[in-house]
Amino acid sequence: MSDLETFRKETIAWLEENCPAEMRKPAKSESDVCWGGRNFQFQSDAQKQWLEVNAARGWTVPDWPTEYGGGGLNPAETKILKQEMTRMGCRIPLSSFGIWMLGPALLQFGTEEQKLHYLPQIARGEIRWCQGYSEPGSGSDLVSLQTFGEDKGDHWVVNGQKVWTSYADKADWIFCLVRTDKEDKYRGISFLLFDMESEGVTTKPIKLISGNSPFCETFFDDVKVPKDQIVGQLNRGWDVAKYLLGHEREMISGGGISNEMPSIGAAFNEIVALDPIMRAEMAAFDVDTLAFKAMGELFMDELKAKKGHPAQPNMMKYAGTELNKRRHELVMAAGGSESLEWESEASNKGAKARNWLRTKANSIEGGTSEVMLNVISKRILELPGA
Amino acid sequence: MPLFYDEDQSMLEDSAAEFMKTEAPVAHLREFRDKNCPDGFSHRLWEQFGEMGFNGIMASEDEGGLGMGLKEAGIIMKEIGKNLAPSPFLTTAVAGVEALNNGSKALRDRYLPGIIEGKTVLSLAIDESSKHRPEAIAMEAKRSGNGFQLNGKKQFVIHGISSDMMIVAARTAGSAGDKDGLTLFAVEKETKGMEMDAVRLVDSSVAAHVAFNNVELTADAVIGEVDQGQEVLDRLLRAGRVASAAEMVGVGTGAMKQTLAYLKERKQFGQLIGEFQGLQHRAAHLYSEMEIADAIVRKAAEAVDAGVESAELLVSAAKAKVGVTSNLAVREGVQMHGGVGMTDEYDIGLYMKRDRGLSEFFGDSRYHANRVAQLYGY
Repeated sequence: MSDLETFRKETIAWLEENCPAEMRKPAKSESDVCWGGRNFQFQSDAQKQWLEVNAARGWTVPDWPTEYGGGGLNPAETKILKQEMTRMGCRIPLSSFGIWMLGPALLQFGTEEQKLHYLPQIARGEIRWCQGYSEPGSGSDLVSLQTFGEDKGDHWVVNGQKVWTSYADKADWIFCLVRTDKEDKYRGISFLLFDMESEGVTTKPIKLISGNSPFCETFFDDVKVPKDQIVGQLNRGWDVAKYLLGHEREMISGGGISNEMPSIGAAFNEIVALDPIMRAEMAAFDVDTLAFKAMGELFMDELKAKKGHPAQPNMMKYAGTELNKRRHELVMAAGGSESLEWESEASNKGAKARNWLRTKANSIEGGTSEVMLNVISKRILELPGA
Repeated sequence: MPLFYDEDQSMLEDSAAEFMKTEAPVAHLREFRDKNCPDGFSHRLWEQFGEMGFNGIMASEDEGGLGMGLKEAGIIMKEIGKNLAPSPFLTTAVAGVEALNNGSKALRDRYLPGIIEGKTVLSLAIDESSKHRPEAIAMEAKRSGNGFQLNGKKQFVIHGISSDMMIVAARTAGSAGDKDGLTLFAVEKETKGMEMDAVRLVDSSVAAHVAFNNVELTADAVIGEVDQGQEVLDRLLRAGRVASAAEMVGVGTGAMKQTLAYLKERKQFGQLIGEFQGLQHRAAHLYSEMEIADAIVRKAAEAVDAGVESAELLVSAAKAKVGVTSNLAVREGVQMHGGVGMTDEYDIGLYMKRDRGLSEFFGDSRYHANRVAQLYGY
């Protein structure tokens, strides 16, 4: 038996033994997702246990090095673990911006001390992170951001405002883009880390069209940030941000491909039996879903082997988010008048409608579809003047 | 296995790309079209395919082939597609060999050496109406003495007129739609009672309408088992569908490449038209769709090669996805070329024609989207 076959066998056995039955049912709503952090309220003992056994094995971040709290798995092993978890329907033990975004940036740009300090906290789900990027005047044109960090010798004093900060009201720490040089647009931004409990940090949730508030406005009023809490070099935070945006785009586009994508037509077979046009639309959608899933596999294979175009995450983000929006349009159409219900218990407090509205942000957050198309034109297709 | 090409597959890709570019660029298609070649392809080119070792790609190593799979065949098909190279590779070396691999050793001994050398051409007689409906095959093959007697009609038999052997699907029992009762036959050229009417198609390939009038075959013409031809036909179709999808990825990619080049050279309003965001976004969308289409074709090929259960679903998803995508590539190609896109002088129109032909071959995107729905149980 090859090493990989042995690994698969052992992985199956471990999952069978350690994954609680409750954690093998699909998450029903946002509240079933384990985010970790200082103030996280576990939904159940099973959720807590599932996080703890994975954290102990380094499998919340299977491909990170073991010294930073990871599992030290190679790409082939990581793929097998993911396949088996998907096959058994195991939930992701820990969802975290620390894992998806900050972690990869720290692995690339952090000092050894920073890695040893921050990464294990992320891996164990102890610290929940949020991302301070967008500002009221800096959306697609992110690099125009104005939040300013004034140099005070051994620390910066940060003043300004961020917006669309996901879960800022629930996060423990923030990784934040701060202008440290007003003269140089690109080379005047630094990537700072600080505690959300620092004096001068306030958050205000933003109510969205879905009625939910996953995002906040975040205000900084003379926030002190020690000098050792910078990632990468002074004024070179844009390099870190670009690297990390790549990961964010992978995450958003990968959101749909990380788990199973069941047939939408099969899910609504009674409806499509009476509606040939909807059946045709759903069949076309299922084709696109299967194709995008294959693309996701190819993309991840290439990413792990460091092949593929460096701007390819932009394509994945564009295609993945547009596909997800289409899925929810079809779900709403199939649900008919029942999918309009906003508060009833039967509709799980309007989950369908709220999820549908939530997906409209997919192609806006983390770079709009139009920005993605610009980047593809310029960096991949090398079209002039783009 | 990762979905990207490994070192050997990348080498195959490089050599196929180099070969097609040198020996069978679009100018080669034009040459054969303009001289009104009755076969629609060059027999010399087919021999060169053989010299390159391409033709034995799906044949086993024991029988002189390379013993590779559809993923590798797909690599060659893509390069064929990019260059619009006319050849009997798809019907012969992929779908035909896949059928022979599931038939008798005697038939393989008879045909494989010629195929591998690029001397023998196979054609496929499956369709009986203008749309691909293999589940409705009704042509009759009556038992007659120790053999069979074929009566009926087939159409869209690509390379039928120039093939040395035609693989014919007919019913030896039951009626259209029954799983049992189908049989595949290897019918030699010039067999008595076969009448062929060759027609040139929009993409300059040549197909035949074939009439079978009391065509007598011996029992050794059967590929696989009598009445159990569905299994072999399914294998032939899977191979043909994936390979034609791969060729369409090539056609779409080739069309996109030409179009991108044009966007970088054509000036209007004092600037390159590729600077216009209206065109950039459409080009970027097309790129994205082509990448995805390529991925599902690789995935389907891998699934068939590995014999996994979901292969059938992935094959239909691949042909359906590519059908829509390569069509987008050629339509956007002609539109973005503007007036010159309508001229015979520019190649983009040839891509549009080949895409149309391939979209019907082995089932169009609607047929396969419907099949995806059926396989999902709705």
